[in-house]
Amino acid sequence: MSAQQTVKFYQTGTFTVGNRLLAPEERSVQANMQRTNSINSGHRACQGCGEALGARYAIDAAMNATKRQLIAANATGCLEVFSTPYPETSWQIPWIHSLFGNTAAVGTGIAAAIKVKRQKGELREDVRVVAQGGDGGTTDIGFGCLSGMFERNDDVLYICYDNGGYMNTGVQRSSATPPAARTATTMPVGPEPGNPFGQGKFVPAIAMAHEIPYVATATVADLRDLEAKVTKAMGIRGARYIHILVPCPLGWGTASHDTIRMARLAKETGIFPVFEAEHGEIKSALAIRRQLPVEDYLRPQKRYAHLFGKKPAVDTIARIQAIADKNIRRYGLLENQH
Amino acid sequence: MFQIRIHGRGGQGVVTAAEMLSIAAFEEGRHAQAFPSFGSERTGAPVVAFCRIADKEIRLREPIMEPDAIIIQDPTLLHQVDCFAGLKQDGYILINTTKSFEQLGLGDFVRDWHPERLCTVSATELGIKHVGRPVPNVPLLGGFAAVSGLIKLESVAKAIEDKFGDKSSSKVAQGNIAAATEAYNIVRKEMEDAVHA
Amino acid sequence: MLKQCEGSHAVAEAVALCRPEVICAYPISPQTHIVEGIGEMVKSGELKDCEFINVESEFAAMSVAIGSSAAGARTYTATASQGLLYMVEAVYNASGLGLPIVMTVANRAIGAPINIWNDHSDSLSQRDCGWIQLFAETNQEALDLHIQAFKLAEEVSLPVMVCMDGFILTHAYERVDMPTQEQVDAYLPAYEPRQVLDTAEPVSIGAMVGPEAFMEVRYLAHARQMQALERIPQLAAEFKSVFGREAGGLVRPYRCEDAETIVIAMGSVLGTLKDTVDAMRDAGQKIGVLGITSFRPFPLVAVAAALKNCKRFVVLEKSLAVGIGGIVATNVRMAVTGMGLKGYTVIAGLGGRAITVKSLAGMLEKAGRDELDLVTFLDLDWKAVNKQLELEKTKRRSGPVAEALLRHAGIVGARNY
Repeated sequence: MSAQQTVKFYQTGTFTVGNRLLAPEERSVQANMQRTNSINSGHRACQGCGEALGARYAIDAAMNATKRQLIAANATGCLEVFSTPYPETSWQIPWIHSLFGNTAAVGTGIAAAIKVKRQKGELREDVRVVAQGGDGGTTDIGFGCLSGMFERNDDVLYICYDNGGYMNTGVQRSSATPPAARTATTMPVGPEPGNPFGQGKFVPAIAMAHEIPYVATATVADLRDLEAKVTKAMGIRGARYIHILVPCPLGWGTASHDTIRMARLAKETGIFPVFEAEHGEIKSALAIRRQLPVEDYLRPQKRYAHLFGKKPAVDTIARIQAIADKNIRRYGLLENQH
Repeated sequence: MFQIRIHGRGGQGVVTAAEMLSIAAFEEGRHAQAFPSFGSERTGAPVVAFCRIADKEIRLREPIMEPDAIIIQDPTLLHQVDCFAGLKQDGYILINTTKSFEQLGLGDFVRDWHPERLCTVSATELGIKHVGRPVPNVPLLGGFAAVSGLIKLESVAKAIEDKFGDKSSSKVAQGNIAAATEAYNIVRKEMEDAVHA
Repeated sequence: MLKQCEGSHAVAEAVALCRPEVICAYPISPQTHIVEGIGEMVKSGELKDCEFINVESEFAAMSVAIGSSAAGARTYTATASQGLLYMVEAVYNASGLGLPIVMTVANRAIGAPINIWNDHSDSLSQRDCGWIQLFAETNQEALDLHIQAFKLAEEVSLPVMVCMDGFILTHAYERVDMPTQEQVDAYLPAYEPRQVLDTAEPVSIGAMVGPEAFMEVRYLAHARQMQALERIPQLAAEFKSVFGREAGGLVRPYRCEDAETIVIAMGSVLGTLKDTVDAMRDAGQKIGVLGITSFRPFPLVAVAAALKNCKRFVVLEKSLAVGIGGIVATNVRMAVTGMGLKGYTVIAGLGGRAITVKSLAGMLEKAGRDELDLVTFLDLDWKAVNKQLELEKTKRRSGPVAEALLRHAGIVGARNY
């Protein structure tokens, strides 16, 4: 359970927290009419875009936590493209896009400039930095700069919006594409159309290996949890990392209205562990409320359709279930259930 | 323009010696240019450094191929490297050794040269004696001041202070100055003996 | 104050006098002594209010520089050779975004084969990246150009590379006149960015631009370099009034007045060339030298003006445009279009091959008699090259070229000096 979620509401039939029933001070950042709308409406994201939702909650929460003293560096990718083409921009905050693979380093540079300007008394406000990108810009091409930022413990919150592939360029495989998921470039490799097992990397664990002050994962199904984690991260100095699972209707082959359901299923099946870690140690995990088989998560997604043909790929589904079971054991996802 | 080439091995302070020589010349108001042979040599490998000294701006950037003087910090190089390549007839040679030119097998090579320009000094031992380390570069500079007459011993002392003065204790600088001074006196004596022989 | 010091150290001190606020450091020979020197000054407190960041690659170095410059900090880094190539994507990005970063390039060859010695292949490979490129002839000029570079970069909102010959200058001890902090402060005003990441006035920097405006954006980058072309001589004049010496400018003619032959070059080889030309003048030959200080923007008009009375020019360059010949030469030819001059390209000094007075004199005498080939490779070991070409004709698996060449040349171990 997230530390900030002091009041829990279970609405019948859903897991949605009843924000309207809370006292004003306990309501979410998004519920506040005074929220910044850091990414304003009118952008060009697809219907049901998990990244747009995740980024809006995350950046608004960071703006709230820093009293609107926030600068963002953005990697090339969907978020950059749908939010900007000049002369339009959805960004209501100072924002820079440099390259695909250097966002963490750009964040480092901004933080360094702020530090010097504060030291010299040229900047009164305590301005903070967020760097953000998709999984391609984070776990693949931007990984060197990300690791460098972590090991130097630079004062940057890096947010990865993970939709499991290069969706901006037309759904290609990244190192965050899960096993058996099909993309345009998994098909030529190996006997199956999906991504081979035993590949890819889980960057939150690698971030923890850097022993940075704060690492968390989140999904767009638990937006209060996401807000709380971003808020917590902005209260900490040094390198911080939040990895958010953001379903992509285009790349996953899911209905636009199923984005949040898919994110919730990822968490409830144990496919995507939601946890917090400090200085390399797991501190808490969001418990699975009602465990579901991975099949419930896989079946609605066209990227797994090859597993559910006339002869279902029982073995493959079992291997994915085994991964989920391992996550459940490793992160204690069935412990402390409420 | 006077051109000096220093031969030694990685770790013996060859490059530093050329730099200090240039500082000593600068202290006397002269123009000087010191540069290494730009290798990626590791400890123990043959290393070369160069120094030019002149009374006007030095524009030339080629390596020193026809030196006026050669300083050899490690006599074992004599079997490995053509240390004397291009050395001008009657040039100056200073070798860190306890042996004589004859004993080193250089007797024929320098047969008709000015004997007072051919000197040896056991610089490694002077390094151990005064600084506690077998580094021959600084004593050789003292010896070079003597044999060449190009720079004053006091200028070498200033260069030592410039290099070692602020970053380590002045004890290191004082030890080096003592080593350079002793080498200077040894070489002066050698030169006198050579002239009177 | 006059002092005898290493070129890298002189540059480090000059950069510190410019009060940089962020330094990105990643080691690569022969640049390393510069950032080490600055690091020592940060540590000692000699350079205050400066963040010294040890990054994990040159790509990160330039990326951190982009972030800090966009956030309004005066930013410096240094690189060379492979390092420059490794950061190329960010190099283009910095100029595209109009960020006035200053970077020293300690010029070094590019592999393969790996080679740590000096030539100009690295910065010349970036001739079209949008950065201003200034080449230093001496350590004094390297020092002075850095001070001018910050002013120029910040005025025109473009990044500047100060190029100095690796090892030949960076590792050479020579006399420099180090200015005082007061002098530099009088010359270089505080950085006032045209665009900045500011929470009080949020802007989006670096978003996508389509065909409807991209050409105009690129043209403006060119226009800014044309502004720089005007400003560079003015900045050199202002520099002289504060510091009392000549440095920078677009081109530097030496004994060109009545010269029939003018040899054109960049960087430290100009010194050796001047010595060579002096000797040839003494022997009665009408020859001069034209040094190019500003390679980007390229001073077409100034080069044409300097060459207008000569009969022939020789471009001596430490770079090779593989498949055509010279890089600087191609630019010079553009400058002299329609002037009816004979022009020769001489490729020299690649990968640290020593450029000697003897070879230069021989080559220039040949040029004076118009007996020089249009493209000449100075001191090339033709015997070794031909041997290798023969070998490749007869043997399919001829093996690694570089190794074979060294064997043909009869070099077994490391060279003597």
